[in-house]
Amino acid sequence: MIVAERKPLGEIAEMIAPYEKVCVIGCRSCVAICLAGGEKEVNMLVSAMGLLNRRTGRTQNLDGLVLERQCEKEWVKEVEDRILESDVILSMSCSLGAQTIGDMYPEKIVVPGLNTAIFGVPEEQGVWSEKCLGCGDCIIHTTGGICPIARCAKSMLNGPCGGSSDGHCEVNLELDCAWYAIHERLKLQGRLELMDMVRPPKEWNTSHSGGRRVIVREEARLTSHQKRATEESQ
Amino acid sequence: MADAKPKIVGFCCEKHGTESVDLAIRSGEQYDASVRLVTVPCTGRVDGLHILKALEDGADAVFVLGCLEKNCYYDTGSIEGRKRVEYVRTMLSEVGIEPERVEMFNASSTMVWKFPEIASTMSQTARRLGPIEPRGDTK
Repeated sequence: MIVAERKPLGEIAEMIAPYEKVCVIGCRSCVAICLAGGEKEVNMLVSAMGLLNRRTGRTQNLDGLVLERQCEKEWVKEVEDRILESDVILSMSCSLGAQTIGDMYPEKIVVPGLNTAIFGVPEEQGVWSEKCLGCGDCIIHTTGGICPIARCAKSMLNGPCGGSSDGHCEVNLELDCAWYAIHERLKLQGRLELMDMVRPPKEWNTSHSGGRRVIVREEARLTSHQKRATEESQ
Repeated sequence: MADAKPKIVGFCCEKHGTESVDLAIRSGEQYDASVRLVTVPCTGRVDGLHILKALEDGADAVFVLGCLEKNCYYDTGSIEGRKRVEYVRTMLSEVGIEPERVEMFNASSTMVWKFPEIASTMSQTARRLGPIEPRGDTK
Protein backbone atom coordinates (compact mmCIF):
# COMPACT_ATOMS: atom_id res chain seq x y z
CA MET A 1 0.00 0.00 0.00
CA ILE A 2 0.98 3.62 -0.36
CA VAL A 3 2.16 5.05 2.94
CA ALA A 4 2.00 8.78 3.57
CA GLU A 5 2.59 11.11 6.49
CA ARG A 6 0.78 14.29 7.40
CA LYS A 7 2.71 17.45 6.73
CA PRO A 8 3.40 19.64 9.77
CA LEU A 9 0.25 21.64 10.55
CA GLY A 10 2.18 24.91 10.33
CA GLU A 11 3.14 24.12 6.74
CA ILE A 12 -0.46 23.20 5.88
CA ALA A 13 -1.74 26.39 7.52
CA GLU A 14 0.68 28.45 5.44
CA MET A 15 -0.48 26.81 2.21
CA ILE A 16 -4.17 27.43 2.84
CA ALA A 17 -3.79 30.83 4.53
CA PRO A 18 -4.63 32.98 1.49
CA TYR A 19 -8.00 31.26 0.93
CA GLU A 20 -11.41 31.65 2.54
CA LYS A 21 -13.16 28.44 1.52
CA VAL A 22 -11.06 25.35 2.01
CA CYS A 23 -12.28 21.90 1.02
CA VAL A 24 -10.33 19.24 2.93
CA ILE A 25 -10.64 15.90 1.16
CA GLY A 26 -9.47 12.63 2.67
CA CYS A 27 -9.37 9.12 1.26
CA ARG A 28 -10.58 5.85 2.77
CA SER A 29 -7.94 3.72 1.04
CA CYS A 30 -4.22 3.42 1.80
CA VAL A 31 -3.86 6.72 3.66
CA ALA A 32 -6.70 5.78 6.00
CA ILE A 33 -4.96 2.49 6.82
CA CYS A 34 -1.70 4.31 7.55
CA LEU A 35 -3.59 6.79 9.76
CA ALA A 36 -2.67 9.83 7.70
CA GLY A 37 -5.69 10.91 5.67
CA GLY A 38 -8.80 8.96 6.63
CA GLU A 39 -12.01 10.30 8.13
CA LYS A 40 -10.61 10.75 11.62
CA GLU A 41 -7.47 12.51 10.42
CA VAL A 42 -9.51 14.86 8.22
CA ASN A 43 -11.80 15.76 11.12
CA MET A 44 -8.87 16.30 13.46
CA LEU A 45 -7.11 18.51 10.94
CA VAL A 46 -10.25 20.59 10.37
CA SER A 47 -10.64 20.93 14.12
CA ALA A 48 -6.99 21.93 14.66
CA MET A 49 -7.16 24.48 11.83
CA GLY A 50 -10.36 25.85 13.37
CA LEU A 51 -8.48 26.36 16.65
CA LEU A 52 -5.63 28.06 14.82
CA ASN A 53 -8.09 30.42 13.14
CA ARG A 54 -9.64 31.20 16.53
CA ARG A 55 -6.21 31.96 17.89
CA THR A 56 -5.39 34.27 15.00
CA GLY A 57 -8.86 35.79 14.92
CA ARG A 58 -9.59 35.00 11.30
CA THR A 59 -12.56 33.33 9.67
CA GLN A 60 -11.99 30.53 7.21
CA ASN A 61 -14.59 28.07 6.03
CA LEU A 62 -13.17 24.55 6.35
CA ASP A 63 -15.26 21.82 4.73
CA GLY A 64 -14.04 18.28 5.50
CA LEU A 65 -15.08 15.22 3.53
CA VAL A 66 -13.72 11.79 2.68
CA LEU A 67 -13.86 9.80 -0.56
CA GLU A 68 -13.68 6.05 -0.98
CA ARG A 69 -10.71 6.47 -3.34
CA GLN A 70 -9.44 9.90 -4.25
CA CYS A 71 -7.37 8.55 -7.15
CA GLU A 72 -10.48 7.45 -9.06
CA LYS A 73 -12.43 10.02 -11.03
CA GLU A 74 -15.81 8.41 -10.36
CA TRP A 75 -15.51 9.04 -6.62
CA VAL A 76 -14.17 12.55 -7.07
CA LYS A 77 -17.03 13.42 -9.41
CA GLU A 78 -19.50 12.71 -6.61
CA VAL A 79 -18.26 15.73 -4.65
CA GLU A 80 -17.82 18.02 -7.63
CA ASP A 81 -20.16 20.68 -6.20
CA ARG A 82 -18.15 21.02 -3.03
CA ILE A 83 -14.89 21.16 -4.99
CA LEU A 84 -16.18 23.84 -7.32
CA GLU A 85 -17.50 26.07 -4.57
CA SER A 86 -14.19 26.06 -2.68
CA ASP A 87 -11.22 28.38 -3.18
CA VAL A 88 -8.64 25.70 -2.56
CA ILE A 89 -8.57 21.91 -2.14
CA LEU A 90 -6.46 20.51 0.67
CA SER A 91 -5.91 16.91 -0.33
CA MET A 92 -5.40 14.52 2.58
CA SER A 93 -4.64 11.72 0.16
CA CYS A 94 -1.46 10.49 -1.44
CA SER A 95 -0.19 12.59 -4.32
CA LEU A 96 -2.22 10.43 -6.72
CA GLY A 97 -5.49 11.65 -5.23
CA ALA A 98 -4.33 15.26 -5.17
CA GLN A 99 -3.25 15.05 -8.80
CA THR A 100 -6.48 13.34 -9.86
CA ILE A 101 -8.47 16.29 -8.52
CA GLY A 102 -6.00 18.73 -10.07
CA ASP A 103 -6.29 17.05 -13.47
CA MET A 104 -10.09 16.94 -13.31
CA TYR A 105 -10.45 20.56 -12.24
CA PRO A 106 -7.36 22.32 -13.62
CA GLU A 107 -8.68 25.74 -12.64
CA LYS A 108 -8.74 24.69 -8.98
CA ILE A 109 -5.75 25.02 -6.70
CA VAL A 110 -4.91 21.74 -5.00
CA VAL A 111 -2.43 21.64 -2.13
CA PRO A 112 -1.06 18.48 -0.48
CA GLY A 113 -1.77 17.82 3.17
CA LEU A 114 0.36 14.68 3.15
CA ASN A 115 3.84 13.71 2.09
CA THR A 116 3.55 10.54 0.02
CA ALA A 117 6.40 8.43 1.26
CA ILE A 118 6.71 4.75 0.41
CA PHE A 119 5.20 1.52 -0.94
CA GLY A 120 5.06 -0.09 2.45
CA VAL A 121 3.81 -2.98 4.49
CA PRO A 122 2.25 -2.66 7.95
CA GLU A 123 4.74 -4.54 10.15
CA GLU A 124 2.91 -3.96 13.43
CA GLN A 125 0.43 -1.39 14.71
CA GLY A 126 1.86 2.01 13.82
CA VAL A 127 4.86 0.71 11.86
CA TRP A 128 5.15 0.58 8.07
CA SER A 129 8.26 -0.44 6.17
CA GLU A 130 9.27 0.01 2.58
CA LYS A 131 9.44 -3.20 0.57
CA CYS A 132 9.04 -2.15 -3.05
CA LEU A 133 10.30 0.70 -5.21
CA GLY A 134 8.06 -0.04 -8.18
CA CYS A 135 11.02 -0.63 -10.49
CA GLY A 136 8.83 -2.33 -13.08
CA ASP A 137 10.89 -5.53 -13.37
CA CYS A 138 10.31 -7.80 -10.39
CA ILE A 139 13.01 -10.37 -9.57
CA ILE A 140 11.97 -11.57 -6.11
CA HIS A 141 11.45 -15.12 -7.40
CA THR A 142 15.26 -15.35 -7.49
CA THR A 143 15.84 -13.70 -4.11
CA GLY A 144 13.67 -15.72 -1.78
CA GLY A 145 10.77 -13.27 -2.05
CA ILE A 146 12.81 -10.36 -0.66
CA CYS A 147 13.37 -7.31 -2.84
CA PRO A 148 17.04 -6.22 -2.86
CA ILE A 149 16.15 -3.10 -4.83
CA ALA A 150 13.98 -1.67 -2.06
CA ARG A 151 15.44 -3.34 1.00
CA CYS A 152 19.16 -3.00 0.28
CA ALA A 153 20.39 0.56 0.77
CA LYS A 154 22.58 0.18 -2.30
CA SER A 155 20.07 -1.90 -4.32
CA MET A 156 22.75 -4.54 -4.81
CA LEU A 157 21.77 -7.30 -7.23
CA ASN A 158 24.45 -9.93 -6.65
CA GLY A 159 24.96 -10.46 -2.97
CA PRO A 160 25.83 -8.16 -0.11
CA CYS A 161 28.35 -5.36 -0.19
CA GLY A 162 31.35 -5.35 2.15
CA GLY A 163 29.40 -3.39 4.72
CA SER A 164 27.11 -6.22 5.81
CA SER A 165 27.85 -7.02 9.41
CA ASP A 166 26.06 -9.51 11.67
CA GLY A 167 22.99 -9.24 9.48
CA HIS A 168 22.90 -5.47 9.63
CA CYS A 169 23.49 -2.72 7.11
CA GLU A 170 26.46 -0.36 7.34
CA VAL A 171 24.30 2.53 6.17
CA ASN A 172 22.15 2.20 9.26
CA LEU A 173 22.83 -0.45 11.87
CA GLU A 174 19.13 -0.44 12.78
CA LEU A 175 18.37 -1.86 9.35
CA ASP A 176 18.61 -5.51 8.39
CA CYS A 177 20.96 -6.36 5.55
CA ALA A 178 18.66 -7.40 2.69
CA TRP A 179 21.19 -9.84 1.30
CA TYR A 180 21.72 -11.48 4.67
CA ALA A 181 17.94 -11.90 4.86
CA ILE A 182 17.89 -13.30 1.32
CA HIS A 183 20.63 -15.79 2.19
CA GLU A 184 18.76 -16.95 5.30
CA ARG A 185 15.49 -17.27 3.39
CA LEU A 186 17.07 -19.24 0.53
CA LYS A 187 18.82 -21.51 3.05
CA LEU A 188 15.48 -22.17 4.72
CA GLN A 189 13.95 -22.99 1.36
CA GLY A 190 16.86 -25.22 0.32
CA ARG A 191 17.57 -22.99 -2.68
CA LEU A 192 20.98 -21.59 -1.76
CA GLU A 193 22.23 -22.21 -5.31
CA LEU A 194 20.32 -19.04 -6.25
CA MET A 195 22.99 -17.08 -4.35
CA ASP A 196 25.43 -18.08 -7.10
CA MET A 197 23.15 -16.84 -9.84
CA VAL A 198 24.63 -13.84 -11.65
CA ARG A 199 22.09 -11.14 -12.27
CA PRO A 200 23.05 -8.84 -15.13
CA PRO A 201 22.96 -5.06 -14.69
CA LYS A 202 19.37 -4.01 -14.23
CA GLU A 203 17.50 -2.35 -17.05
CA TRP A 204 16.28 0.73 -15.27
CA ASN A 205 14.23 1.92 -18.22
CA THR A 206 11.25 0.06 -16.70
CA SER A 207 11.57 2.26 -13.62
CA HIS A 208 11.01 5.98 -13.33
CA SER A 209 14.38 6.56 -15.03
CA GLY A 210 12.58 5.91 -18.32
CA GLY A 211 10.20 8.80 -17.68
CA ARG A 212 6.57 8.73 -16.60
CA ARG A 213 5.16 5.24 -16.87
CA VAL A 214 1.70 4.45 -18.18
CA ILE A 215 0.30 0.95 -17.99
CA VAL A 216 -2.29 -0.01 -20.57
CA ARG A 217 -4.47 -3.11 -20.62
CA GLU A 218 -5.93 -3.08 -24.10
CA GLU A 219 -8.60 -5.69 -23.32
CA ALA A 220 -9.87 -3.55 -20.45
CA ARG A 221 -9.99 -0.25 -22.36
CA LEU A 222 -13.26 1.09 -23.67
CA THR A 223 -13.64 1.44 -27.40
CA SER A 224 -14.62 4.87 -28.74
CA HIS A 225 -18.16 3.52 -29.19
CA GLN A 226 -18.28 2.35 -25.56
CA LYS A 227 -16.90 5.69 -24.35
CA ARG A 228 -19.61 7.58 -26.25
CA ALA A 229 -22.30 5.32 -24.82
CA THR A 230 -20.92 5.81 -21.29
CA GLU A 231 -20.82 9.59 -21.69
CA GLU A 232 -24.37 9.67 -23.07
CA SER A 233 -25.68 7.65 -20.15
CA GLN A 234 -24.24 10.12 -17.61
CA MET B 1 -13.67 38.75 32.49
CA ALA B 2 -10.56 37.76 34.39
CA ASP B 3 -12.66 36.50 37.31
CA ALA B 4 -14.86 34.20 35.25
CA LYS B 5 -14.34 30.54 35.99
CA PRO B 6 -12.48 28.88 33.16
CA LYS B 7 -14.37 26.21 31.26
CA ILE B 8 -12.79 22.84 31.71
CA VAL B 9 -13.89 19.55 30.22
CA GLY B 10 -12.80 16.28 31.81
CA PHE B 11 -13.09 12.88 30.18
CA CYS B 12 -13.21 10.36 33.01
CA CYS B 13 -13.22 6.60 32.76
CA GLU B 14 -16.25 5.10 34.47
CA LYS B 15 -14.11 2.85 36.64
CA HIS B 16 -11.47 4.51 38.80
CA GLY B 17 -11.72 8.00 37.24
CA THR B 18 -15.39 8.73 37.85
CA GLU B 19 -15.37 6.92 41.19
CA SER B 20 -12.52 9.09 42.45
CA VAL B 21 -14.49 12.18 41.40
CA ASP B 22 -17.68 10.92 43.10
CA LEU B 23 -15.80 10.18 46.28
CA ALA B 24 -14.20 13.63 46.29
CA ILE B 25 -17.56 15.34 45.79
CA ARG B 26 -19.27 13.21 48.48
CA SER B 27 -16.41 14.00 50.85
CA GLY B 28 -17.11 17.71 50.41
CA GLU B 29 -13.73 18.46 48.84
CA GLN B 30 -13.80 21.98 47.39
CA TYR B 31 -12.59 22.87 43.94
CA ASP B 32 -12.55 26.12 42.04
CA ALA B 33 -13.43 25.59 38.41
CA SER B 34 -16.31 25.05 36.09
CA VAL B 35 -15.70 21.43 35.18
CA ARG B 36 -17.93 19.51 32.83
CA LEU B 37 -17.31 15.80 33.17
CA VAL B 38 -17.84 13.35 30.36
CA THR B 39 -17.93 9.75 31.48
CA VAL B 40 -16.39 7.26 29.07
CA PRO B 41 -16.22 3.47 29.47
CA CYS B 42 -12.43 3.67 29.40
CA THR B 43 -9.90 6.39 28.55
CA GLY B 44 -8.88 4.15 25.67
CA ARG B 45 -12.19 5.29 24.16
CA VAL B 46 -11.16 8.94 24.23
CA ASP B 47 -10.20 10.01 20.77
CA GLY B 48 -8.02 12.96 19.86
CA LEU B 49 -11.00 14.36 18.01
CA HIS B 50 -13.07 14.42 21.23
CA ILE B 51 -10.41 16.57 22.88
CA LEU B 52 -10.03 18.92 19.93
CA LYS B 53 -13.81 19.27 19.60
CA ALA B 54 -14.10 20.19 23.27
CA LEU B 55 -11.55 22.97 22.76
CA GLU B 56 -13.22 24.00 19.52
CA ASP B 57 -16.58 24.21 21.27
CA GLY B 58 -15.28 26.59 23.92
CA ALA B 59 -13.37 24.68 26.57
CA ASP B 60 -10.29 26.50 27.84
CA ALA B 61 -8.64 23.29 28.96
CA VAL B 62 -9.32 19.58 28.75
CA PHE B 63 -8.14 16.72 30.91
CA VAL B 64 -8.44 12.99 30.67
CA LEU B 65 -8.65 11.05 33.91
CA GLY B 66 -8.07 7.32 33.81
CA CYS B 67 -7.08 4.45 36.04
CA LEU B 68 -3.52 4.13 37.29
CA GLU B 69 -1.51 2.79 34.41
CA LYS B 70 -0.52 -0.47 36.03
CA ASN B 71 -3.96 -0.96 37.51
CA CYS B 72 -6.21 -0.13 34.57
CA TYR B 73 -9.55 -1.94 34.60
CA TYR B 74 -9.07 -2.69 30.90
CA ASP B 75 -5.36 -3.32 31.30
CA THR B 76 -3.97 -0.80 28.81
CA GLY B 77 -6.82 1.68 28.29
CA SER B 78 -5.23 4.50 30.24
CA ILE B 79 -1.99 4.02 28.29
CA GLU B 80 -3.97 4.42 25.07
CA GLY B 81 -5.60 7.53 26.51
CA ARG B 82 -2.22 9.01 27.38
CA LYS B 83 -0.90 8.38 23.86
CA ARG B 84 -3.84 10.25 22.37
CA VAL B 85 -3.42 13.13 24.78
CA GLU B 86 0.24 13.34 23.76
CA TYR B 87 -0.69 13.34 20.07
CA VAL B 88 -3.22 16.14 20.54
CA ARG B 89 -0.64 18.15 22.50
CA THR B 90 1.73 17.77 19.54
CA MET B 91 -0.97 18.97 17.15
CA LEU B 92 -1.72 21.96 19.37
CA SER B 93 1.96 22.90 19.46
CA GLU B 94 2.08 22.73 15.68
CA VAL B 95 -0.71 25.30 15.38
CA GLY B 96 0.74 27.55 18.07
CA ILE B 97 -1.69 26.70 20.89
CA GLU B 98 -0.35 25.91 24.34
CA PRO B 99 -0.18 22.11 24.71
CA GLU B 100 -0.62 22.38 28.49
CA ARG B 101 -4.29 23.08 27.86
CA VAL B 102 -4.60 19.31 27.55
CA GLU B 103 -3.41 16.97 30.29
CA MET B 104 -3.67 13.32 31.23
CA PHE B 105 -4.11 12.26 34.86
CA ASN B 106 -4.41 8.92 36.56
CA ALA B 107 -6.11 8.02 39.82
CA SER B 108 -7.44 5.05 41.70
CA SER B 109 -11.01 5.19 42.98
CA THR B 110 -9.80 5.80 46.53
CA MET B 111 -7.64 8.84 45.77
CA VAL B 112 -10.14 11.33 47.17
CA TRP B 113 -7.74 14.28 46.92
CA LYS B 114 -6.95 13.76 43.24
CA PHE B 115 -9.95 15.39 41.55
CA PRO B 116 -9.80 18.69 43.49
CA GLU B 117 -6.07 18.74 42.73
CA ILE B 118 -6.71 18.19 39.01
CA ALA B 119 -9.49 20.80 38.91
CA SER B 120 -7.24 23.29 40.64
CA THR B 121 -4.25 22.57 38.36
CA MET B 122 -6.30 22.85 35.19
CA SER B 123 -8.09 25.93 36.46
CA GLN B 124 -4.78 27.67 37.21
CA THR B 125 -3.43 26.69 33.78
CA ALA B 126 -6.55 27.93 32.00
CA ARG B 127 -6.49 31.23 33.95
CA ARG B 128 -2.82 31.74 33.17
CA LEU B 129 -3.29 31.03 29.48
CA GLY B 130 -6.61 32.82 29.04
CA PRO B 131 -9.02 32.01 26.24
CA ILE B 132 -7.80 30.63 22.93
CA GLU B 133 -8.98 33.76 21.14
CA PRO B 134 -6.38 36.54 20.80
CA ARG B 135 -6.54 38.84 23.84
CA GLY B 136 -8.15 42.18 23.08
CA ASP B 137 -9.46 41.03 19.71
CA THR B 138 -12.54 39.20 20.95
CA LYS B 139 -15.85 40.92 20.38
